[in-house]
Amino acid sequence: MSELHLKSIAELSAGLAAGEYSSEELTRHFLARIQELDEGLNSVVTLAEEASLAAAAAADARIAKGEAGPLTGIPILHKDIFCTQGVRTACGSRMLDNFISPYDATVVSRLKDAGVVMLGKTNMDEFAMGSSNETSYYGPVRNPWDRDRVPGGSSGGSAAAVAARLAVAATGTDTGGSIRQPAALCGITGLKPTYGRVSRYGMIAFASSLDQAGPMTRSAEDAAWLLAAMAGFDERDSTSVDRPVDDYLGQLDQDIKGLRVGVVKEFFEDGLNPGMRESMETAMEQLKALGAELVDVSLPNSHHSVAAYYVVAPAECSSNLSRFDGVRFGHRCENPVDLEDLYKRSRAEGFGPEVKRRIMIGAYALSAGYYDAYYLKAQQVRQVIADDFRKAFENVDVLLGPASPETAFRLGEKSDDPVSMYLSDIYTIAVNLAGLPALSMPAPLVDGLPAGLQLIGNYFDEGRILNLAHQLQQATDWHLQMPEGY
Amino acid sequence: MQWETVIGLEIHTQLTTNSKIFSGASIAFGAEPNTQACLVDLGFPGVLPVLNEAVVKKAILFGTAVDAKIARRSVFARKNYFYPDLPKGYQISQFELPIVGPGHVDILLADGQSKRVGVTRAHLEEDAGKSLHEDFQGMTGIDLNRAGTPLLEIVSEPDMRSAKEAVAYAKKIHQIVTYLGICDGNMQEGSFRMDANVSVRPRGEEKLGTRTELKNLNSFRFLEKAINFEVDRQIDVIESGGQVTQETRLYDPQKDETRSMRSKEEANDYRYFPDPDLLPLLIDEDFIAETVREMPELPEARRQRFETQYGLSAYDADVLTATRAQADFYEVVVAQAGDAKLCANWVMVELFGALNKAGLDLGGSPVSAERFGGLVKRIADNTISGKIAKTVFEAMWDSEDSADAIIESKGLKQITDSGAIEAIVDEVLAENTQQVENYRKAPEDKQPKMLGFFVGQVMKKSQGKANPKQVNQLLQDKLKN
Amino acid sequence: MSLDAEEVEKIAHLARIAVTSDEVEALKGELSGILDLVARMSELDTSEIVPMAHPLDMPQRLRPDVVTEENHREAYQAVAPAVDNGLYLVPRVIE
Repeated sequence: MSELHLKSIAELSAGLAAGEYSSEELTRHFLARIQELDEGLNSVVTLAEEASLAAAAAADARIAKGEAGPLTGIPILHKDIFCTQGVRTACGSRMLDNFISPYDATVVSRLKDAGVVMLGKTNMDEFAMGSSNETSYYGPVRNPWDRDRVPGGSSGGSAAAVAARLAVAATGTDTGGSIRQPAALCGITGLKPTYGRVSRYGMIAFASSLDQAGPMTRSAEDAAWLLAAMAGFDERDSTSVDRPVDDYLGQLDQDIKGLRVGVVKEFFEDGLNPGMRESMETAMEQLKALGAELVDVSLPNSHHSVAAYYVVAPAECSSNLSRFDGVRFGHRCENPVDLEDLYKRSRAEGFGPEVKRRIMIGAYALSAGYYDAYYLKAQQVRQVIADDFRKAFENVDVLLGPASPETAFRLGEKSDDPVSMYLSDIYTIAVNLAGLPALSMPAPLVDGLPAGLQLIGNYFDEGRILNLAHQLQQATDWHLQMPEGY
Repeated sequence: MQWETVIGLEIHTQLTTNSKIFSGASIAFGAEPNTQACLVDLGFPGVLPVLNEAVVKKAILFGTAVDAKIARRSVFARKNYFYPDLPKGYQISQFELPIVGPGHVDILLADGQSKRVGVTRAHLEEDAGKSLHEDFQGMTGIDLNRAGTPLLEIVSEPDMRSAKEAVAYAKKIHQIVTYLGICDGNMQEGSFRMDANVSVRPRGEEKLGTRTELKNLNSFRFLEKAINFEVDRQIDVIESGGQVTQETRLYDPQKDETRSMRSKEEANDYRYFPDPDLLPLLIDEDFIAETVREMPELPEARRQRFETQYGLSAYDADVLTATRAQADFYEVVVAQAGDAKLCANWVMVELFGALNKAGLDLGGSPVSAERFGGLVKRIADNTISGKIAKTVFEAMWDSEDSADAIIESKGLKQITDSGAIEAIVDEVLAENTQQVENYRKAPEDKQPKMLGFFVGQVMKKSQGKANPKQVNQLLQDKLKN
Repeated sequence: MSLDAEEVEKIAHLARIAVTSDEVEALKGELSGILDLVARMSELDTSEIVPMAHPLDMPQRLRPDVVTEENHREAYQAVAPAVDNGLYLVPRVIE
């Protein structure tokens, strides 16, 4: 029993089916781990103890009746950006500290239907704005590999929890790297799907044209299991794509011999930490050994992606977050004297500094006289960046690079300097601008800390990058490395 | 100085759909506050809009009716501003690329001339909720039932030169949208709302003067009065050496004046940008063709058809097709009663007269088209006379009964049995031998007048039910001998 | 790019966020720094480039005109800060 948290989804699914343990036992096991181990991490903000046990009991009944699916009874955590009916959905913000969602996000209801047990909600950067999980109203999350370091963000709670084996898996969202960068910093596998592959309904919007939900797991195989349940068309989301979901699990075991993997030149330039480079090179050697063909590829305009992103994302967020006005839900200031006071104080009190900065940058970029120079220009740069990817994929099947320029940095190290914080997403942002799928998976540790290898696929080619990652994970044990004490 | 008035109108028409433009909530009017506001309408965290197909079709119908170009690609944009009746803090509208491009309508001026007015564009957008200013603990109450109701905003060129022209244009648009069935045109409920942009300039000057935007014009009468007031005001301002301020002004029907709206709205900066939750709306030829196939007959075509098909005069056809409701009503009546001219007379004289007297419009008529048709049918087939029909109509007005039921229960059926009529005629002649003698002695040209006496007697005896034509004929025949 | 206090206050008003004078001071530098980062994209010549509003090259899907939502006012207003008789309350709005 004590080793349950080390098992894969497939192993647990088989164990549940065989009656070796019940979902209730599994759920209690993880609840106990969270209660015991999370105090030092702060990765879980809401524990749904009663609801998870009820869901586990229902899962056990399903299993007993032989009506179970592969995920029935598997306990996971949801990032607190997904609306969960009857359970607080705070999105890392004081603004929503009192918000009990009256409905479930599509991702949540799909997983619920599959029989997944929700243990609780994970901490995150406020409204998913941040790369270190230090902007959360609920305090920073700590990295289980070194509790003085950040887990990355914005899905830092999900990454830390999975790394510490506090849940089988977790959900995350990625607007500019928010799944991949924390996955890299915590040593887990995290996948951002193609824009439109997973429904955004019920996922509190940060930047609507960039946001995408995905799985955060211990292996590519687990990610394939989870993605298969999360992905698919949703009529409530106009940007959800109506096309069949590929057989991700079936693709995992395909041979990668002859697969053309493009090594992105610009991701290995000066900004990359030398230890990180070495780790990436080890992973690349391994890929070659498995028969993949490595080719140099250039994304010549990728260095403009951070700039374009910090116009597009704030512009969309400034509008998306206007609904938080203290009228229908969320924080409302005491005794507003008039309408303007209600808006201004509720929002000033409800939002933290990083969210305010981004709202203000976005309002500025869209305002009269600046729209062309900022917003329109950024959309043009976005097109150039997407074109770079289109050209690259004419010659290769998958692109490769680091997910982050360095390993986990220390708490507080960048929190006073927004710009240096923004640059920690330098390798992940371009992918969101283009809308492509990409994952980060553990590469060899650098000075005892995790490093993330990023694999970028062509549109809707999630199956291929999961296949490549799985093959690497079959041949190595980097993804099995665990932080001490968990 | 001679002044010229320049007017452009922006008309917001609520589209008659079942559900809202971006959500599956009902748009029915008058529900309990916030019971028709779903998560999407309330702008809850995480929700997303999905466009209603019917609004696209209705916009295409309108565009086609005003001879406009339908954009093959149009884009929804967010108009950002904070207001409590706007739940998301932005309104989803169309900005740079509207669905309906330039078109035009022709209006009839007082001198009988026709004038073409340009329609600049028409775009789809969502309506806002309502602020209720009655006292709620000293606060304002917000009802978001209306939020998300589909609107087609129709923007004209500044082509109108008088309040009368503006009214003619507004009525024309009203007629078109109600004929198309895309808007119920109900101004009291706010289904058809007009804003007027008004400016003045010295006659002959090409440059437009500074305009003001007039709001709260919820009837054609107010539209006319507000423009006239505003034109006089602007001329006064300029002639007394001042300058017109570009601003929004509210019309106050009680005082019949316009007044500046709290110019709190410091130069609005709406920060329009394409809504990333909605992809570009692409419309292909097939979709347009399929939509236009369902296009109802437009007023002008219907008017012409009424003249040819029913043999109506131009005047009658014009009156009966003034609104779709009237034309529909008339055609139901004709379908039942046959005689098209008789139907036109009865609808226009008796029905409209009665409605007018009661201060009702056609929608509020206590007699439905079907019931009214049933009445006219009985005049046409000689079951009752026109005179009796008026009595029947009065009874129908106050009850739910059909004309036939009333005729039956009150025994008002016309006597057409010639034997029965002959019996009464014989009785009358027998009772009035002196008059019969006088009649026969009288010169021929005096006789018709004298016949009236006998007709009157017969009708009296038959309680008005004898068929007057038959009575006449019989009397003439019998008095000859 | 450097913003002055007046510009910061204007943006804060546009965004309806109350700011203290200390915050304005800090924001001047922070926002200007971000704008400097953003300004780097001006190096790229994009004069011939069609702006990309969205990663999906796909038309808007249309929904059938059917009422699918029921009244859940009570549940939705359970999270509202101030309601009375089914109405959301805000400070007096003067037209």
